[in-house]
Amino acid sequence: MVPRVLRVRECIEEMEGVVTLVLEAPGHFAFEPGQFNMLYAFGAGEVPISITGDPTESGVVRHTVRSVGQVSHALTRLRPGMELGVRGPFGRGWPLERAEGGDLVLAAGGLGLAPLRPVLRQAMAQRSRFGRVVLYYGTRSPETLLYREELAQWQGADIEVQVTVDRATPGWQGHVGVVTDLMQPGHFDPGSALALLCGPEVMMRFSALRLQELGVATGCIHLSMERNMHCGVGLCGHCQFGPKLVCQDGPVFPLEEVEPLMKIREL
Amino acid sequence: MEQLVIDVEGLQQLLDRLVQQVYEVIGPRVRHGVVTLAPLRSVSELPAGLVEVQAPGSYRLEPMETREGVRPLFVHRVGPESWRHFLHPPAELLWCAERKDGHLRIHPRAAEAPRRAFLGVRACDLAAIAIQDRVLAGGAHADAGYLARRNRLFIVAVNCTSAADTCFCHSMGCGPEVKEGFDLLLTELTGGGEHRFLVEAGSDAGANLLRMLPSRLPERGELEERRRRLRQTAEGMKRSLPPGAASVLARNLEHPRWQALGERCLACGNCTSVCPTCFCSRMAEKTGLDGTRAEHWRYQDSCFNAAHSYIHGGVLRHERGSRYRQWLTHKLLHWQAQFGTPGCTGCGRCIAWCPVGIDLTEEVRMLGEVAA
Repeated sequence: MVPRVLRVRECIEEMEGVVTLVLEAPGHFAFEPGQFNMLYAFGAGEVPISITGDPTESGVVRHTVRSVGQVSHALTRLRPGMELGVRGPFGRGWPLERAEGGDLVLAAGGLGLAPLRPVLRQAMAQRSRFGRVVLYYGTRSPETLLYREELAQWQGADIEVQVTVDRATPGWQGHVGVVTDLMQPGHFDPGSALALLCGPEVMMRFSALRLQELGVATGCIHLSMERNMHCGVGLCGHCQFGPKLVCQDGPVFPLEEVEPLMKIREL
Repeated sequence: MEQLVIDVEGLQQLLDRLVQQVYEVIGPRVRHGVVTLAPLRSVSELPAGLVEVQAPGSYRLEPMETREGVRPLFVHRVGPESWRHFLHPPAELLWCAERKDGHLRIHPRAAEAPRRAFLGVRACDLAAIAIQDRVLAGGAHADAGYLARRNRLFIVAVNCTSAADTCFCHSMGCGPEVKEGFDLLLTELTGGGEHRFLVEAGSDAGANLLRMLPSRLPERGELEERRRRLRQTAEGMKRSLPPGAASVLARNLEHPRWQALGERCLACGNCTSVCPTCFCSRMAEKTGLDGTRAEHWRYQDSCFNAAHSYIHGGVLRHERGSRYRQWLTHKLLHWQAQFGTPGCTGCGRCIAWCPVGIDLTEEVRMLGEVAA
């Protein structure tokens, strides 16, 4: 139950209020893409943060944190050389093995790209394991694009990267609109595709609908849920989502397990 | 199972033996007009001849007529406190953090668990302890503090010889007869005006202790009194949870009754405070003024608090009806999926201690009827 102490090697400011913390993890910090850690900021508390690094990368573990509350604010204020507590990895990750040989469709909204980054890194490193790989990424505005440089790298590594923003700024040449607008027939083979979604619930619901419309089987759509978590190990009761404990049964769920629950107001 | 009979003096010797074996004995004691659970050393501290009169939104402690000229010690049933307050205390320090010379150190709290004996655990509350065992120690990550306290526990259970108006353990399959999970089990007998206890051992520790007490073999009439009283207790239960409660709830997650409930419910959290199985906890930091030390605490929480469902975007369960639905469906429906057991034992505390008298058995019945 007690966190390990890790040292901050690097803080990458992704945009205002969003920092990627690169932590020194002696040896190899093994995790499955989609899992999370509980990060402890001294004197502030603990919060669940998805792991956003490359699962094969040794010596470090990465998290992207947005300052939204007291603890996440304290985390974004950490500087290289400072230390924090880490418990994890916890939860169920993306069922990547199911994508083997087929197409891989990723849909991310805002910071929802963070838990999908390990999948993209893996797809890039083992590109031949998959058929077509498509990333649909929607964010508020061009300034809030996450992992900006990597988006181009992924594109260069035979990954189809499609980006849209809710609000354009002068100079934006790309798409404006919701992420579902990007999803068009012909981008991938719906019969072989595995779809992984992460973002606000409403974005995931509509993305799932759109993907189903394009012919992706419900059983091949998975999404990452977010709930209040205080312990990360199924003991505190906060992350209940109907019969599910998001920290244990999730955060990644097959759509069919959570779709009926997502339709119930204030569950 | 061997059954022996001890008298009131034998019960005192049982307490003495437990104290000798360095157990802190916790049992029912009257405080502020209710039966609470507190340390005790003498039989004279038990709530002799007092009975709890309970109804929706109401709890009164009243003297009873003597039973066959005897003032029974265990004729009350369950007060607002449950054993959970000792096994999973409302506040617990989990770890201490220290920041010194630019380094962070995190020290686990020394897992020093008290050696405790619970006296007077009812069937419903034994079932509740078994449920908490599954929740807090049955999964991949056990709560170390709970496990340490649980492993050092000695349980003296008591069969209920009468039911309160709020009791419904029989319909939950949890009582009134104690079946397992105890070290010693008492049944209070008063037949023939003689005050004595039928004692059964449920563990080696219990059997060893029982051997040290002055006892005799029971007479046939005493075994008959045990059977009769338990039968009468079961038959005397006025409340029951309708069969198929889980499926009634599963079919009615969206139902106008929840909104009506939200209008009555105060979201005070009393039900979650008195419930013997509620386990929700929030974590909070306590920091020293000099900025070098912090403590990570676990505090009892309630799904009726708005902050329970808070994520960065805001609160997920705004409506009180949604919070009540969360609580009730968790107890009777979703607990099963999460922990392989329902989360309710039929102790009835939430009915008595609800300030507006919401009765979950009635709510399930209404949801079922309107649906049908």
